[in-house]
Amino acid sequence: MRRTAFSPNFFGFAIGIPLILVIGALEAFRPLGLSLPALTGGLLTLDTMIRVGLFTIILVGLNLLMGYAGQASLGQAAFYGMGAFFSAILTVQARLLGLPLALTAAWWWPWLVMFVGALLVGLTAYGIGRPILRLRGHYLAMATLGLGIVIYILLRENLGLSHLNLTGGFDGIQGIPRLRMGELVLWPAWRYFFLVWLFAFGAIALGLRVVHSRVGRALRAIHGSEMAAESVGVEVSHYKAMIFGLSAAMAALAGSLYAHFQTAVIPATFGFGPSLELVVMSAVGGMASIWGAPFGALAILLVQEALRTQLHRIIPNAQGEFEAIAFGLILVLIMLFLPEGLTTGGLRWLRSRPRLRPRWG
Amino acid sequence: MTKTLSIRPDGTKDRAEGPLLEIRRVSKAFGGLMALMGVSLRVWPGQIKGLIGPNGAGKTTLFNLITGMLRPTSGDIRFQGRSIVGLSPFQIAALGIARTFQNVQLFRGMTVLEHVLVGGHRHSRSGLLGAILRTPRMQREEEEAQARAWAILKRVGLAEWADRPAESLPLGLQRILEIARALAVGPQLMLLDEPGAGLNPMEKARLAELIRSLNAEGMTVLLVEHDMSLVMGLADEIAVLDYGQLIAEGPPEAIRQDPRVIAAYLGEEDEVGHAARG
Repeated sequence: MRRTAFSPNFFGFAIGIPLILVIGALEAFRPLGLSLPALTGGLLTLDTMIRVGLFTIILVGLNLLMGYAGQASLGQAAFYGMGAFFSAILTVQARLLGLPLALTAAWWWPWLVMFVGALLVGLTAYGIGRPILRLRGHYLAMATLGLGIVIYILLRENLGLSHLNLTGGFDGIQGIPRLRMGELVLWPAWRYFFLVWLFAFGAIALGLRVVHSRVGRALRAIHGSEMAAESVGVEVSHYKAMIFGLSAAMAALAGSLYAHFQTAVIPATFGFGPSLELVVMSAVGGMASIWGAPFGALAILLVQEALRTQLHRIIPNAQGEFEAIAFGLILVLIMLFLPEGLTTGGLRWLRSRPRLRPRWG
Repeated sequence: MTKTLSIRPDGTKDRAEGPLLEIRRVSKAFGGLMALMGVSLRVWPGQIKGLIGPNGAGKTTLFNLITGMLRPTSGDIRFQGRSIVGLSPFQIAALGIARTFQNVQLFRGMTVLEHVLVGGHRHSRSGLLGAILRTPRMQREEEEAQARAWAILKRVGLAEWADRPAESLPLGLQRILEIARALAVGPQLMLLDEPGAGLNPMEKARLAELIRSLNAEGMTVLLVEHDMSLVMGLADEIAVLDYGQLIAEGPPEAIRQDPRVIAAYLGEEDEVGHAARG
């Protein structure tokens, strides 16, 4: 708990927040015709940076679950989807649900839905987590994978209530409203960018606080030895389910933010592929590090972007399946050469003096 | 304190209070294999009780039953007069039973200090919200926990290692760290599962000294140990398990000469004989 003034966490916020402010201001004012894509040679767009922010929120939760508590989840995108569809249904399908227009048209309604949705998804995940987190290793991975697929199918098949057409099936839901603060619409994109990164830095701060606490220690202890943790009075099943619930709630919150950003959601965004993508992002950034979240997300989104725009130059007629191959390759290479991910592993690699050991989340 | 208890002519001790831990006719079957058969055992407040027996005699199984990691097939286990069968390990820890492990169970990647802090887990209440909001209560609890952990590290002589990753410690200190972690639980009873295994004579001496001084401060200890001289030198009473059955119980001097014990240790007769001579 003792922290020095110049901990990596300090640098993270001291560099990260101004960087986000500069990017947002650049896009808001476009001084001298400059813009983010223009300055980065088309590598970065505001759209990409918003997605990085959204994934950061999910990945902080996923890293707490996988990197710190040591519990695999191959179905995390399903919680992302639950949040997104919860927001979409309760803001667009209000008439189907018989909600009064006066309520759903209020500016605060989507915000209420977002937070209630995250809470409900978190509680649901806690409930599901109690039994399935008794499984370990491969079995837990299989169970979360199955859970993710079940939720994906429920979203695709109208939650089994075909007469209501709540989720819109394959086509999903369109026309999701932009978020507002009173009269102020959080759009154009740079406004939304600030909002998303406010949440993203909030998620990072939350993650760091959890890690450096009694709860965080209990989670890491569970990772190390469940038997020993339990023998000193840590209620292992409760803690595992709790962090599963927290990670699900964070994913759901990101899902709601995504829904209001994209204004349309389809189930395919939240299937098995995206869940796997999240795991790759987590591994690339560094599972056992909170700051790994934004770097993992950025790295993978850039690779995705590069594949989309450059791959056909190398391999003509290349399609989406090459993305999966590239991700598989990246995961293998990271696991082989940088198993702690870009941030933790990278720092360790850069560090020359063994005594300079930053305590960081 | 036990040291002042008088030994009656039959070799048993005069007990003023009830037993701290009472195991009543406990059996444990793994499929068709009976690991323990009708074992009864009492641990009295303030004593160091040794539990010995050849490999596979059921010593660790008994520990796992006491700490709730396994459930007995039949029989009862009482701690401070209350049955603890069916409780979860974390609940049993909360009642005041802490243990160490035969194969050292460390939390990978955590420092020595953090191990002891986890050991003190049950003395604080702050949960997820307290951590996220960093409430004054959480901060106060954290300070208290740190103070307690440092006191324990100093007590066992690990303070200078506090910020080292636990897995970087030599085995002897890892075993002492396990004891420190168990101490942080604040137990009335400590179960030590072969704490001397794999240690060199100097490390063993340090370990024995620690166990003896903890006991002098009032800690009750149940000790499984293979090293005869270590257990004979520490325990004031020894129980012997063989093939899941209790074959002898009594003060170390009596156990040394017990023909059943010698027979059970036939393969390790030299060791018993050596301990007896030494």
